[in-house]
Amino acid sequence: MPFLTPAAAAKNHYDVVIVGSGAGGGQSAYTLSMEGARVLLLEAGRRYIPETETPMFQTPEQAPLLGASTPVKPFGFHDATVDGGWQVPGEPYVQGSTEPAERFDWWRARMLGGRTNHWGRISLRNGPYDFKPFSRDGLGFDWPIGYEDVAPYYDRVERLIGVFGGDDDLENTPRSPPGCLLPPPRPLVSDLLIGQRARRLGVPVIPCHKAVLTQALDHRRVPPLLHPQNPAAQQLLADEMQRRAPCLWATPCGRGCSVRANYQSTTVHLPPALATGRLDVVTDAMVYAVDLAPDGRARGVSFVDRLSGAHRSVNGRAVILAASACETVRILLNSKSARFPHGLANSSGRVGRYLMDTVGTTVVGQIPLLENLPPHNEDGAGGNHAYAPWWLYREQRAGKLGFARGYHIEVGGGRHMPGLDTVSGLEWLTGGSYGASFRADARRYYGSFVGFDGRGEMIPNDDCWCEIDPSVKDRFGIPVLRFHWKWSLHETRQAAHMQQTFAAIIEAMGGRVSGPQPIDGARAIAPGGSIIHEVGGAMMGSDPARSVTNAWGQTWDVSNLFIGDGAVFASNADKNPTLTIMALAWRMSDHLLGRMQRREL
Amino acid sequence: MIDRRTTLQWMLAVSASLPLARPAAAPLTPGPAVAGTGYGSDPDLTHIYRPGEVWPLTLTPAQRRTAATLCDLILPAAGSTPSATAAGVVDFLDEWLSAPYPRQRTDRDVIIAGLAWMDAEAGRRFGRDFAGLEGAEQRAICDDICYLPRARPELAEPARFFARYRDLTAGAYYSTAAGRQDLGYVGNVPLPRFEGPPHDLLARLGLPDEL
Repeated sequence: MPFLTPAAAAKNHYDVVIVGSGAGGGQSAYTLSMEGARVLLLEAGRRYIPETETPMFQTPEQAPLLGASTPVKPFGFHDATVDGGWQVPGEPYVQGSTEPAERFDWWRARMLGGRTNHWGRISLRNGPYDFKPFSRDGLGFDWPIGYEDVAPYYDRVERLIGVFGGDDDLENTPRSPPGCLLPPPRPLVSDLLIGQRARRLGVPVIPCHKAVLTQALDHRRVPPLLHPQNPAAQQLLADEMQRRAPCLWATPCGRGCSVRANYQSTTVHLPPALATGRLDVVTDAMVYAVDLAPDGRARGVSFVDRLSGAHRSVNGRAVILAASACETVRILLNSKSARFPHGLANSSGRVGRYLMDTVGTTVVGQIPLLENLPPHNEDGAGGNHAYAPWWLYREQRAGKLGFARGYHIEVGGGRHMPGLDTVSGLEWLTGGSYGASFRADARRYYGSFVGFDGRGEMIPNDDCWCEIDPSVKDRFGIPVLRFHWKWSLHETRQAAHMQQTFAAIIEAMGGRVSGPQPIDGARAIAPGGSIIHEVGGAMMGSDPARSVTNAWGQTWDVSNLFIGDGAVFASNADKNPTLTIMALAWRMSDHLLGRMQRREL
Repeated sequence: MIDRRTTLQWMLAVSASLPLARPAAAPLTPGPAVAGTGYGSDPDLTHIYRPGEVWPLTLTPAQRRTAATLCDLILPAAGSTPSATAAGVVDFLDEWLSAPYPRQRTDRDVIIAGLAWMDAEAGRRFGRDFAGLEGAEQRAICDDICYLPRARPELAEPARFFARYRDLTAGAYYSTAAGRQDLGYVGNVPLPRFEGPPHDLLARLGLPDEL
């Protein structure tokens, strides 16, 4: 029985104890258990079963409030998130400042698979520049690794989870080797119109990369590539790949997927790992500390059983923290001892430092060319099929832009499932119609809107960090985080540039921007944390005095303690972080296996 | 119920309106208060919910009558396509306005005051409540408040109410099967392949088939 009670797990001794079951924890559990390690995976939330819990095909009127967002379901009723959001009842966090511009909003999910259940599935590789940003412009930090170190793991992750994408090969936007990606889906009308008009402005629009199966995975070809020399693992993976159906081109991916057509840790990483018989899982296990042995090595972790309130400790030869960047930081800082009075693995003082999110801002436009289109199915693969990678590297190098790093554009449009807001706020187009003319207006304007979401690189800075609040504790008695946040001009100017660019594209499409447009980047930029790309806080580096882990995610101070989530990021490229989190977790797990085989751990 | 600031804004709107033909017969008796704590942070997502199932509905019969009349002015039946009330919009509005969440509580203040204003205005101009008016009389009131930029300054609050009410009505209507069909939404069905846009549409728009 791989799902254990806390008491049962406490009796065992594991090779590796992993905290967190999302992208990093899921990938680590997969790699380690498939390659022979005995693994315990601890998840703070409840067990979650996408096959039976996902609301596939439910329509808005079948949900309370037409599925509108509420404080307990911020992305709407049918969103996959369980017990999560910007606030988790009984689990507060603290803002270090009352200034609205200095707030950090922290998204958490308390469920098996964590945030991978609801995420956007956009799976972009970092490029060569993204690992060496300091060397390029003197800002932020270089990673101790380069693209060539991570590329083989991007290949593996793409093959394992299934990512669609094109074969474009643009500056700092790497092309995947042949055989890694699935074919991209057809673009929507709006994608094609955006592509045509944006290109006139020099903006390239290409197929997006997303973790959705546009066709079945090749269960014969892929498993031997991922697990050479390991026929048992190949067989388990082949079996599970055949249990995943390709996309059925309906119902939003953010609800999760009962047929396992997109990547969720719960449908992709954990099933084969559990099938090895070497993975045990304890859910509702709220980890608060890494326990140390007398020799200063990690012995295991301690947690509160959320159901009973009991405290438990579990043991392993190595510990991986993959609880999400900030929760991992929280565990480290709460793991104080005589040897580590400022928190574990914090001899550099850099635990909690250099938190990053993504720069985000949005512009919506109304496009007359897209009015009154003939009905056709545009559900597609759960959202955007196209995006624009950053294209102004040369101008940036020449210092023409006033901000140092790039952004990509996620484009949206189409005749998607109507809901509460589909025809709201149309007065500026209709002059306030009601009755039969309003019905005609609704048909006319439905599907005529396009949206542009900018996703830009934030440069780590001294003002974005978190620490343990001296007084506030959560309902388990665990001290909570206090956040500090300040955008620099690099981010706010970038947000202003996004606004100008998106308005220009809308104009080039013959459309108009919907609603008032913030000119000031400081007003346009989404609050810290709100893009939910939280990374950093336990940065990897090559100097133990200036970083928390080495190039493998192994903490400098505790040799058998590893960081397996986004906390190790030394920069936060515009590329969405999830694919990189998985690639790094696989790389770290390979390294850990090697050290265990060499009996170094 | 309605907070004090909202009440004051509405009193200004009422007093600045046309001279009173007779005292308003508006349904000012408050209905039941909003109750319940919502659906919690871990509801069953696959269950099919009905208005009133998770928290009690609270609109009075008089409020629902006014609400229904206004819904059907915004989205009347069209041939075989049902009206807003036939599509169940009033039940949805009642669910929305009875919900224990902040955004809905704000809407409750605006909408309940607005419905009362509609009846009061109907009484002032025509001596009956809104539902009892002829269609032309109803539209005469709606025409004054259907577009905020054109509304007289003293009718700004009722115009804001109308805009929100139209958005909620339309949101509910187009979330139903009838509304989806009326808009020409043809998705939410499993497909073996994603065909993308029809070629002749792309040709008409001068667009290539691929990015």
